[in-house]
Amino acid sequence: MPEPSGQRARISATPAAHEAVIRLRAARGHSLMFVQSGGCCAGSMPMCYPAGEFIVGDVDLLLGEIEGSPFYIDSRLYEAWNKAELTLDVAPGEPEGFSLGPSGGMHFVVRSEACALPDQLPA
Amino acid sequence: MKYVPPGQAGSIVSVQPRYENFIGGKWLPPAAGKYRVNLSPATAKPICEVADSTPEDIETALDAAHAAKDAWGETSAAGRAKVLNAVADAIEQHAEMLAVTESWENGKPVRETLAADIPLAADHFRYFAAAIRAEEGEISEVEGVGDKRRLVAYHYREPLGVVGQIIPFNFPLLMAAWKLAPSLAAGNCSVIKPASPTPWSILKLAEVIGDVLPPGTLNIVTGPGGEIGKALAANPRIAKVAFTGETVTGRLIMQYAAQNLIPVTLELGGKSPNIFFKDVAAADDDFLDKAVEGLVLYAFNKGEVCTAPSRALIQEDIYDEFMSRCLDRIAKIKQGNPLDTETMMGPQVSQQQADKIASYVDIGRNEGAEVLIGGDRAQVGGEFAGGYYYQPTVLKGHNKMRVFQEEIFGPVLAVTTFKDYDEAIAIANDTLYGLGAGVWSRNYDLTYRAGRAIKAGRVWTNCYHQYPAGAAFGGYKISGIGRETHKMMLDHYSQTKNLLVDYSTKPLGFF
Repeated sequence: MPEPSGQRARISATPAAHEAVIRLRAARGHSLMFVQSGGCCAGSMPMCYPAGEFIVGDVDLLLGEIEGSPFYIDSRLYEAWNKAELTLDVAPGEPEGFSLGPSGGMHFVVRSEACALPDQLPA
Repeated sequence: MKYVPPGQAGSIVSVQPRYENFIGGKWLPPAAGKYRVNLSPATAKPICEVADSTPEDIETALDAAHAAKDAWGETSAAGRAKVLNAVADAIEQHAEMLAVTESWENGKPVRETLAADIPLAADHFRYFAAAIRAEEGEISEVEGVGDKRRLVAYHYREPLGVVGQIIPFNFPLLMAAWKLAPSLAAGNCSVIKPASPTPWSILKLAEVIGDVLPPGTLNIVTGPGGEIGKALAANPRIAKVAFTGETVTGRLIMQYAAQNLIPVTLELGGKSPNIFFKDVAAADDDFLDKAVEGLVLYAFNKGEVCTAPSRALIQEDIYDEFMSRCLDRIAKIKQGNPLDTETMMGPQVSQQQADKIASYVDIGRNEGAEVLIGGDRAQVGGEFAGGYYYQPTVLKGHNKMRVFQEEIFGPVLAVTTFKDYDEAIAIANDTLYGLGAGVWSRNYDLTYRAGRAIKAGRVWTNCYHQYPAGAAFGGYKISGIGRETHKMMLDHYSQTKNLLVDYSTKPLGFF
C-alpha cells in the first residue's frame, strides 16, 4: 500500500487518545489498528480493531501511527477529505460498528483542521 | 396530540426494567449476566436495560435458528405467506404502540413513525407474503444427448438456511422488516443484531410477533458490535450476512464473508444529490410547493437517512427565489418532543451523532461555507433540555468541500448552484457514493435523461423519500452491494436448485 509521502505523519493524537490507546491495548492484551470509516450511520468515525483484523488493501493509505497502532484511511476518502490533517481524540458515547473503544462509555473520534481547497491553493 | 412517554403512567407502551435476548421464541438472559442502560435521545434518560451480550449468546441464537431451519424451510410457500401476513396483522394491530416506542428510542418524530415507519414495515411483510406465494420455478426443455427434447431442467428456490442480519439505528424497525421479511419468505431463519443505540424497539416488536412466528425463525441478540458483531458476521454457521451501516464495517463483513465463502448484501450510505432545474419555478403552483418540500426533506428523520438528499443542486437562474422559499419553510420546522404529533424534527439518535454533526458544521465554516440557517445545537427546554437536538442547517458552498463529500448523517444540507444540465450531472456524480438522487423539473425529457445519467441506485423523479415495497433500493459505487425492498431480494436469500431430469430411455453411448 502507499506509504505517507511526507516526512510528517498526517495523524496525531490528543493526550487523552494516547492514554486511551495504551490502556485499551493493555486491557485487551493485543496490538490495535485504526481504520477511518465513511458512509452512513457511524460513518466518519475511526474504527478500532485488533491489529490485523481488518485486511488493508492497495486502496488504503497509512496516515501514521498512534502508540504503535497504525491508522489507515481509504485513499479515495482521503482525497474527498482534501487530505486534512487528522487528530485522534476520545469523546463521550459508546463505540459503533464493530469498533473497540476506550472504557467508560467513550469512543474514538477524529478531529480535523480544514485544509486549503484545491482551488484555493497558491498557484 | 402528545403521547405519554413509554414507562410513564398512562403510556400506551409498557416498559420492563430489563429486557433479555429473544432466542428460540423465549426470552433468555445473556450468558455473562451483563446488561446496559438504554437511553432515550430526547431526554438522555434511561428507558430500560438491555442484554449486553457476548459471543456465547450468538451461539445460543444460532443453535435455535439451526434447530428451526429445516421445518421452516420445508413449510409450503402458502404456509410461510400466511405467517408473514399474520406478522403484518400483528404489527398493524399494535401500530400506535410500536410507533411511540420507535419514536422514543430513536428520537424520530411520532408523526413519521405513525405515517411511514410502522405502516411500511407491516406492508413489507405483506409484499413478501404475496411475492413468495406467487413465485414459480422455471422449467425448460434443454437439449439432451439422446432424445434431444426429453431432458428437462426444473429450477426451484431453496432457502439458504440461517442468516445473520445487522440492523442500523436510523430505522430500527423498518430496516429490520426490510431484511427479515424477504429472508423469512424465502424460508430462512434469522439471527438479528440491532444497532447499539436502538436495541429496544425490535424487542417490543418481538413481544408483538413472537407468538406468530415459529420459535427459532427470528432470534434477536443485543449488545455492542465490538463484542458480538464479529461473532455473528464471521460465524461459519451463517449462510449469508446482510448489513446496513458504514463502509469500513461493510468491508470487514465482506472480508469475513470471503473467509466463509458466503454471500453478502451491504447498504453503506450516500451523499445524495437533489437537483432542481430552473423550470420548477416556472409557475407559483402546487408543483413548486412540492419541489420546495422536496428540498426540505433533507430534515426527514433529522437527516439520519442513508439516502438523505444532503446535497441540493439548484440551477443558478432560480437560486435566490427558490432558496428563499426553502429557507422560509425550513424556519418553520418545529423541533421538540418527538411524541408530539406537531413535532417535525426530534433529537439525533445519540450524543456521538450530535457531536459529529456539530464538528462537520465547524469543518464547513472553516472551509468557507456560508451558514444560511441553523448551524448550532437546538435548545429545547424543560424535560428535553438534555436531548441531542441540532438545528436544521443549510450550508452554501461548492462540491469540493468536505461537507459536500462526507455523509454527515444529520439535518445539514449542503447547497450549491449549477449553470446547465451537464454541470448538474457532473456535480451529482462527483461523489464516492451512489445510493439515492432526486431530480425535479416539469420537463419529463430532462428528468428522464438526468435520471439515467446519475450514477445512483434510486433516482426519485419529482419526489423524494418514498420507500414503497416493490421499488428496488440499493447502491452504486461504494454505497453497497445488492438490492432491497423488491422481490429480487428473494434471490439474495435463496439458493437455486436445478433438477435435471432425463425422460429419455436411451443411453448416452459413451461407455
